[in-house]
Amino acid sequence: MSASVKVRRQFPTSKVMWSVIGWLVVFVFFFPVLWMWLESFKTEPQAASSPPTIFFAPTLEEFQQVLSGDFPPYFINSAIASIGSTLLVLVLGLPAAYALAIRPVKRTRDVLFFFISTRFLPFAASLVPLYLLARDLQLLDNIFALALIYTTINLPLGVWLLRSFLLEIPPELFEAARVDGAGFFTEIRRIVVPLVAPGIAATSLICLIFSWNEFFYAVNFTSSVAGTAPIFLVGFISGRGLFYAKLAAAATLASLPVLIGGWIAQKQLIRGLTMGAVK
Amino acid sequence: MSIFAVLIALVAGACSGGAGGGTGGGTTTITLAAVDNPSMADLKKLVPDFQATHPNIQVKIVTLPEDVLRQQVTQDVAAGSGRYDLFTIGTYEVPLWAKKGWIENLSPFIAKDPSYAPDDLIPGIRGALSYNGNLFAVPFYGESSMLMYRKDMLAAKGITMPDHPTWDQVAAAAKAVNSRSVNGICLRGLPGWGEQLAPLDTVVNTYGGRWFDPQWNAQLNTPQWHDAVSFYINLLKTAGEPGAGNAGFTECLNAYNSGKVAMWYDATVAASFFTGDAAKNSGYAYAPIKVKDWSGWLWAWSLGMPSSSKKKDAAWTFADWATNKAYIQLVGTKLGWQHVSPGTRTSTYDLPEYKAAAGAFADVTLQSIAHADVTHPTVDPVPYIGVQYVDIDEFQQLGDKVSQEFAKVIAGGQTVDQALAKAQALATDVGKAQH
Repeated sequence: MSASVKVRRQFPTSKVMWSVIGWLVVFVFFFPVLWMWLESFKTEPQAASSPPTIFFAPTLEEFQQVLSGDFPPYFINSAIASIGSTLLVLVLGLPAAYALAIRPVKRTRDVLFFFISTRFLPFAASLVPLYLLARDLQLLDNIFALALIYTTINLPLGVWLLRSFLLEIPPELFEAARVDGAGFFTEIRRIVVPLVAPGIAATSLICLIFSWNEFFYAVNFTSSVAGTAPIFLVGFISGRGLFYAKLAAAATLASLPVLIGGWIAQKQLIRGLTMGAVK
Repeated sequence: MSIFAVLIALVAGACSGGAGGGTGGGTTTITLAAVDNPSMADLKKLVPDFQATHPNIQVKIVTLPEDVLRQQVTQDVAAGSGRYDLFTIGTYEVPLWAKKGWIENLSPFIAKDPSYAPDDLIPGIRGALSYNGNLFAVPFYGESSMLMYRKDMLAAKGITMPDHPTWDQVAAAAKAVNSRSVNGICLRGLPGWGEQLAPLDTVVNTYGGRWFDPQWNAQLNTPQWHDAVSFYINLLKTAGEPGAGNAGFTECLNAYNSGKVAMWYDATVAASFFTGDAAKNSGYAYAPIKVKDWSGWLWAWSLGMPSSSKKKDAAWTFADWATNKAYIQLVGTKLGWQHVSPGTRTSTYDLPEYKAAAGAFADVTLQSIAHADVTHPTVDPVPYIGVQYVDIDEFQQLGDKVSQEFAKVIAGGQTVDQALAKAQALATDVGKAQH
């Protein structure tokens, strides 16, 4: 009896301790984002002050300045490149993952390694050939070319992730479906998609985030028509003068779509990311 | 299904909104890649004025940070991809790119416009943007370097700063005012050829140092370099801002505006960003000297036209409008005279409205630019042009590496002698490539 009381007394203390540690870690990770938000509501001198200004009257002045620029085309371009490339990753990646997980082809491991080996190449190494190719094909400053590049970047990751989710589906389900006469597309539609929906959501969101935030290819392959949100952002970095508050306001706006998307898909995302974690 | 619908709507929106690039329906769209600075922000605001008088030319301006812009523009002209019809380039790039045929000779375009008045361009700037006697870029904004100081802080210590101070006088003043709450001086320590090396190069020049002798032999192992670098770093350590290794223009501006430093040696344009006490109580002196007089740097962001542009006439029409005398009047009357781009035209400094707005630093700016000579940056002759840079392709990399060695000295990781030995080796390799 006394032992159980002791356990009950100890339990909340350790729970509180772990909660505190957890929140502390969250705060450390979240602090730069929080600081960015705070900076965006300051005036330029306040944002640049040292020591930092903690208490201030919030202003939307910098947001107004950012929004008075040609903001929408950059965001539309980002949406096209991100959503377009994510859809392509799913369309191409799901059948590939299905083949590798449910109906393994010969030398599956080699195929998987080949997929991921395309990520070993530093981005900078592929820049010159891709740039010259895009120039000769008149695809510079073309948002669809950028979406295609993002697809090739994210596809290996998408295949690996989707395959790991597909491996979670008991093979007996497919066998039963086949006995009932289900073909490939029926299996995908009736079994794969409903069962790995959280995994598909997680993969989509990861691809979406990577594409939305991508800067290297965007800056090299676009100029005036196909510029994406990160290009809009860096335009505020000034060699002369103060720009922290404006940059923070632009960054806050640029991060909102991904943040909202993540929030909406939060449940699916957590389920997806923990799929396969426990066998 | 709904995602597809959204995508189609977005694609349709982008296609309808992003018709740029070509010439269609009698309208020519030109793209300007520009560095972001306040003058460029003003230009963006005034583009509708241009389009009101030139309805057949659409202007798209892409602003990028300096290093990204330099890389993108270099890539564009080297590959001849024609992404841009105009770009802002500095005095470093103009002669180099003109020699390679990457940028268009603008003199024939200028000759077509009697109102352009190229002789009105400040001579030092005009010279820096010329190659074989022809202008290859037109200045949009120009600057030199000067010493800015808080008169009230120096006066409290009984110090009066002369108009043409020596570095020894500046160091003495910095040490005198240096205290727990206020540092004596802010100098850039952030590595980079356009960062720390810009002011440090001017110190080296006035100490009599040079990067190369006329035979392209590296000269970084000379006493002049040793003395100049030791002086700069010692001044930073004894009376400079804390965390000097991370301090660039913006950091020093913040420190000066918030009263944390009493002096600042940097670009002449800096004074136009002063606020509060810094704006009220600042004095301005010419770039400090040691042996060589007039040691201020020279830089101009200018509009250049890539040879690969297919819309040269339209591009020039815009460049002409944005760098003409009439544009200065337009900026002054529409946005305010304090917005006028400094350092481009001599006539700007005759305008009473501009003089009143620019105040105490207008004359220092004009005289500093006028006396900066890119062909004679230091005491002894040199085979290169450029005050705070060496106008060769390899300099960006060389300058960055050398400044990183100096940053290690600032951080206490090595001595000046060690840094200069490494810098000499790096410069020797570059010098050999020039033969």
